[in-house]
Amino acid sequence: MTGNEPTLCVENLQTYFYTKSGVIKAVDDVSFTVDKGEVLGLVGESGSGKSVTGFSILGLVDPPGRIAGGRIRFKGHSLTTLPEKEWRNLRGSRISMVFQDPMMTLNPVLRIDTQMIEAVTAHENISRQEARTRARDALGQVGIPSPDERLKAYPHQFSGGMRQRVAFSIALINKPDLIIADEPTTALDVTIQAQILHEAQKLCRDTGTALIWITHDLTVIAGLSDRVCVMYAGRIVEAGGINQVLDTPHHPYTYGLIGSVPSRNKRGAPLAQIAGMTPSLLNLPPGCAFRQRCPRASRACLTEPEIHELKDGRAVRCFHPYEEEATA
Amino acid sequence: MNMPDSILEEKTGVVEGQPPWRRFASDFCESRLAVAGLTIFVLIALSAIFAPWITPQDPYDLMQIDILDGRLPPGSVSGEMTYLLGTDDQGRDMLSGIFYGLRTSLSVGAASTLIALFLGGSVGLIAAYFGGRVDTIIMRVADLQLSFPAILIALILVSILGQGVDKIIIALVGVQWAYYARTIRGTALVERRREYIEAATCLALSHRRIVFRHLLPNCTPPLIVVGTVQVAHAIALEATLSFLGIGIPITEPSLGLLIKNGFDYMLSGDYWISFYPGIALLITIVSINLVGDQLRDVLNPRLQR
Amino acid sequence: MLAFTVRRLLQSVIVLFVMSIIVFLGIYAIGNPVDILINPEADIAEQEATIRRLGLDKPVWTQYFTFLTNVLQGDLGTSFVHNEPALLIILERLPATMELAVGAVGLAIIIGIPAGIIAGLYPDSIIGRGIMAGSILGFSLPTFWVGLMLIMLFSVMLGWLPASGRGDTVGFLGVQVSFLTWDGLTHIFLPAFNLALFKMSLVIRLARAGTREVMLQDYIKFARAKGLSNVRVIGVHVLKNILIPVVTVLGLELGSVIAFAVVTETVFAWPGIGKLLIDSIGNLDRPLVVAYLLMTVTMFIIINFVVDILYSLLDPRVRLGDMKA
Repeated sequence: MTGNEPTLCVENLQTYFYTKSGVIKAVDDVSFTVDKGEVLGLVGESGSGKSVTGFSILGLVDPPGRIAGGRIRFKGHSLTTLPEKEWRNLRGSRISMVFQDPMMTLNPVLRIDTQMIEAVTAHENISRQEARTRARDALGQVGIPSPDERLKAYPHQFSGGMRQRVAFSIALINKPDLIIADEPTTALDVTIQAQILHEAQKLCRDTGTALIWITHDLTVIAGLSDRVCVMYAGRIVEAGGINQVLDTPHHPYTYGLIGSVPSRNKRGAPLAQIAGMTPSLLNLPPGCAFRQRCPRASRACLTEPEIHELKDGRAVRCFHPYEEEATA
Repeated sequence: MNMPDSILEEKTGVVEGQPPWRRFASDFCESRLAVAGLTIFVLIALSAIFAPWITPQDPYDLMQIDILDGRLPPGSVSGEMTYLLGTDDQGRDMLSGIFYGLRTSLSVGAASTLIALFLGGSVGLIAAYFGGRVDTIIMRVADLQLSFPAILIALILVSILGQGVDKIIIALVGVQWAYYARTIRGTALVERRREYIEAATCLALSHRRIVFRHLLPNCTPPLIVVGTVQVAHAIALEATLSFLGIGIPITEPSLGLLIKNGFDYMLSGDYWISFYPGIALLITIVSINLVGDQLRDVLNPRLQR
Repeated sequence: MLAFTVRRLLQSVIVLFVMSIIVFLGIYAIGNPVDILINPEADIAEQEATIRRLGLDKPVWTQYFTFLTNVLQGDLGTSFVHNEPALLIILERLPATMELAVGAVGLAIIIGIPAGIIAGLYPDSIIGRGIMAGSILGFSLPTFWVGLMLIMLFSVMLGWLPASGRGDTVGFLGVQVSFLTWDGLTHIFLPAFNLALFKMSLVIRLARAGTREVMLQDYIKFARAKGLSNVRVIGVHVLKNILIPVVTVLGLELGSVIAFAVVTETVFAWPGIGKLLIDSIGNLDRPLVVAYLLMTVTMFIIINFVVDILYSLLDPRVRLGDMKA
């Protein structure tokens, strides 16, 4: 395995849903890379295609959706050309995922140990006893007290935060190279959210696991991720280092997103908001998808803008980007 | 009424033009299967009603049947008669027998359903309107009965009542009333809290008037749906009881009895005596169920667009 | 939990008591067994002796209380026709019915659940639609007629399976059973399948609806994200979730299977209690009819009770709710 190869490299990914009423381009021409130990934030409103991107990487897009184009390379191997069985072998062992709602991700009628042990034995030919030890250690690792007892519990006997820890421990149990976390803290209390964020960060530093953190909340990834991709209507509209993007957003959408975060410094001032609603992805009109909500839209925006590479590894998909202007 | 539409609209505040029944009809016709079911059912009902005029013979008139024509296979010709579906052991024309049998099956099914609908509906309405102890007692009994399968209730009632068309109807009413009582009570409990009932109460209308003129019309849609499905159940149950020999007495025409008769000859290969009455029964039940399914979709307020 | 159990038991006893009155009085009020049981040519003294022997000369309530006292001692009366204790006759025939009922429920599960899961996984495919069409047919077809058609097809035309009776039986745990001999198996298959059809349709519907719902849940996607095989996801994660409603409903339906066995047993001449009931109604054999009805009602109450407990064992969420309450 080559050392310089990024953990994950997504190139021009297209994931479309072929429904009866038309083609929904949930993910359209999305490219990004994640290096070893790096945390990538994937930000966007609901319906922007960020979760579908995550599922595409795992090969878990349900019909009528499928990957219509592009490449996904994982540690140098193409995933999209992989037979289903081998892709499945990567799931849960090399690439794992944590979901948004901890109340829904654990099967309510199976005990925790069953759900943890099966994650191990699906990939490794080891005894149940060994798998059980691994499960116990994994529970301990995410800070669950008396893991031996807790293994025998059912999901409903845990609180939401605890369940999310269990879900994380299942994701970690096979020491994966990449974890995709799909809004894992959205449903949790702020204090628990902070704990989980802290632990996730520590984990990446310590083990070199790459992390894709999907969220709609810029503040969550501000302190966590190294780089960020902002998605809108299935496309990446802006990408770059987290601090640069937050300090000097180029794309009007990112600009609006940052402006709509409540802040102590802006107390009393009316909260900025982005006018309008996310457009329906079904039969999206040609041109920039954001143009109907964009304060800077012009006739040029009737054609689809290409993504431009800028300096410092930044990129933006806009004809009229904000230049070095500070956010209000 | 001769009133111009515009005045009517102003007075009632109804703006949309389509009368409700027409909308209902067009919704119903959306499913071709349901329309087919309805058409078939109407044809079956008509042929049952007019059986004495359209059948080649009266199979229960001993003058018209000849035992020498017994157990002829379908399509046989004997004298002037052509037995399209063959004959049974007594020499009765199966086709005629089936039409006469349908007559009994449909009238028993319809009669028992109507009576049960009326009784169960009234009882359920009373339970819902008055609430309290009346409600508790009525619903306890209904729930208790519903916890037993219909066939067991029917067996109990039939073993108590004995045989006869009237007794079968009573037994079927006894089986069915609880379904209606429960259905209407559920709807009525919701409707009772609506403003129009409050308004009627404020006008000091009599209980009877409020219940039957105001509450009942608003509770009918689910009752119609349950009623349709129950007609099919009643017909199947009657046929089953008759087949078991504890339903319609052998002197009356009945699909169940025809099938029972044929059973004795089936092992020797004379399948048609049992087969065709069963097909008639099946088509009847399926067509009613198709109509019922579509009615449920159309009348379900949660699905209304 | 204990208080709840006791209350439910009490309720059940009251129900049983009420049912015994209804059944007994109902049977008494209609029909006169004297006419049927006593030879019309017998002289008056002989007739009276028989009436006295059977207790038919006493007032209704005396008859009922005699009956009730006897019932509490396990005596459900003596059959007029067989001249044997009614309970004994029923208990003799019960294993045949139970075997048939269990066989039917077993077939309904073995065929119904996989078919329902397939229909739920591929609702728009030809096979999914075919399964659903079959289940609609299963609901609409009258059981007795299907039974006749099965006999016509498999016994008369194809000659594969026998049309009536139990076949060879062997003793198993003290009762005679058919399913342990090949001959018995061939005899039980058709009636069990016939009796199962309706329940099978029900199971298919429940399993299909359950599968469709469960497949959309996050925990299924999470299970797949763990890299589990489809076999494991469907066989463990989906199956265990849909089993809860299916087992509850089927448990409740076991009673109705026993009641519906009346029809199947008559068609296939299966020597169980259902056929016994039909014969007894025809013979106006009151004690046997009353005994059958009381036995079946009792079985029902017991089954409902057991299902409640089973349900709480299967669903950990219900169990927890009970502990808290």
